Amino acid sequence: MSAGPSRTARQIAEGVRSGQLPARAVVDEALAAIAAGDGQVRSFVSVQADVAREQAEAVDRAVSTGADPGPLAGVPVALKDNLCTRGIPTTCGSRILEGWRPPYDATVVTRLREAGAVLVGKTNMDEFAMGSSTESSCFGPTRNPRDATKVPGGSSGGSAAAVAAGFVPLALGSDTGGSIRQPAALCGVVGMKPTYGLVSRYGLVAFASSLDQIGPFSSTVEDAALLFGVIAGHDPADSTSLPQPVDDVVAGLRAGVAGLRVGLCRELVDDVAPDVAARVHQAAAILGAGGAVVEEVSVPELRLGLSAYYLIAPAEASSNLARYDGVRYGLRVDAPDVAAMNTATRTAGFGDEVKRRIMLGTYALSAGYYDAYYGQAQRARTLVVRGFARAYERFDVLVGSTTPTTAFALGEKVDDPLAMYMSDVCTIPSNLAGHPAISVPFGTGTDGLPVGVQVLAPALGEAVLFRVAAALEAAAPASGAR
Amino acid sequence: MTGPEAAGAGAPRPAGASAGGAQRPPLRREDVAHVADLARLALSEEELERFTVQLASVLDHAADVAALDLRDVEPTAHPLPVCNVLRADVPRPPLDRDEALAGAPEVEDHCFRVPRIVGEAP
Repeated sequence: MSAGPSRTARQIAEGVRSGQLPARAVVDEALAAIAAGDGQVRSFVSVQADVAREQAEAVDRAVSTGADPGPLAGVPVALKDNLCTRGIPTTCGSRILEGWRPPYDATVVTRLREAGAVLVGKTNMDEFAMGSSTESSCFGPTRNPRDATKVPGGSSGGSAAAVAAGFVPLALGSDTGGSIRQPAALCGVVGMKPTYGLVSRYGLVAFASSLDQIGPFSSTVEDAALLFGVIAGHDPADSTSLPQPVDDVVAGLRAGVAGLRVGLCRELVDDVAPDVAARVHQAAAILGAGGAVVEEVSVPELRLGLSAYYLIAPAEASSNLARYDGVRYGLRVDAPDVAAMNTATRTAGFGDEVKRRIMLGTYALSAGYYDAYYGQAQRARTLVVRGFARAYERFDVLVGSTTPTTAFALGEKVDDPLAMYMSDVCTIPSNLAGHPAISVPFGTGTDGLPVGVQVLAPALGEAVLFRVAAALEAAAPASGAR
Repeated sequence: MTGPEAAGAGAPRPAGASAGGAQRPPLRREDVAHVADLARLALSEEELERFTVQLASVLDHAADVAALDLRDVEPTAHPLPVCNVLRADVPRPPLDRDEALAGAPEVEDHCFRVPRIVGEAP
């Protein structure tokens, strides 16, 4: 089950583009692996086998006629189920959207199709991306392919598990407070959150709009860089999309870390489990041995991140999720008047975690509490931004842990929301600042489960981020049952 | 910063002094019932009890942020220095009307149909 993909995305694309590997055979292999193994993992909520085979055949036809099939020709890709796919159900793991078929594709979906990628299915997630374990999905939990008694992390747990189980070499997720990096760490794969604004959010169902960003999952750093290169770039359909060109992150991947200034961030290592912290120190030592100048640094403002995030993200969510009112799409529970219909629909359609966040956000924004909670959180966000700015005067990148622990048990934290929220403590600061960050598999904890080392960079620092990640990957101890 | 103000039925009780070092009152069941009503959610007695405890623990954790004196710090609403983005006003084919309505629970004469909004039921 945890065999890992037989080929990387780069190898598949090279094989398909050269005409030596039929895309149809690649997708058949992926579909067979899903059929055989996903009954236990439950990483997919829907698989579009026919659509995928048609796409693969179109790629093979392009190759045979000499047309350029694109940089990801024939590569099977899984999509988190909050990315809109025209005519294909997009549920966000919520009953309130069950059966809804979007009338348009997200920009990332269009870009993947244009790049020749083959979209095989939609992956499980915490409801509306609110959660850190994929247990709040209306479809039930996904299991960690490394250990079926553990969670895969979340909220993009299905995408992380689909890559970790070897079903697909690439997947997309979304990261609002760590929802790509945390499941990547827990499943032993690469997961990356781009700079806010580099990847279009058009067609990403909104959770917290000032924090949400789409990013890649893969088995290798190079594959993550390839996928990032395909999805990044300006989109007029997203007013928060950055207009400048995107750096080539693949070309400099093997340039090494000699001379780079690396800050070992104490706030991202001091409070994590000792076996996880030991791996982060080992990673820092490897970068030092590679010629980087590694120093410890303290950024105390990062400790405000968790509290600020769990006021800001619910506040934005409470506004964004007001649209689920039983009028235009999704579930409707009938009632005699509109207000009663709205309430009946939302009460039946949302799960507990979404209700908690909506209420928390409504409270933080309500009269009498706005300044004390939401206003204070926005000011604390400024402090986090300033803390990073001070650190990046001295360092090119920061390193720390991605998560406080390795994968925890299914059910362990479902009744204690605050304990669940704590698993995002190391990933949240980058979202508040809009900065890029990546989780790289780096050995295991004492329990034999994967550990993720996190690399953080300032805004638009993707090239150096991927470079450091590649150096870590090259020297990393094995991260599990590969 | 403005002081606390009442907000309709089940109004939150005054939040003490405005932001910055003030002691926040504990979250009450009435507060949760009030925000649930604002957010169009109906809660059972059991849910009200459970959510009050759970939300209070999150707000307790946020006391570190609520207690800071940040009067001189500008709020950050958004991570980018991008504002007032405009695109060229170029006509293009819109989303097809029937397709836009296809996901609606109830449609009549190319419009979204909803239950009665005002007045008595017929």
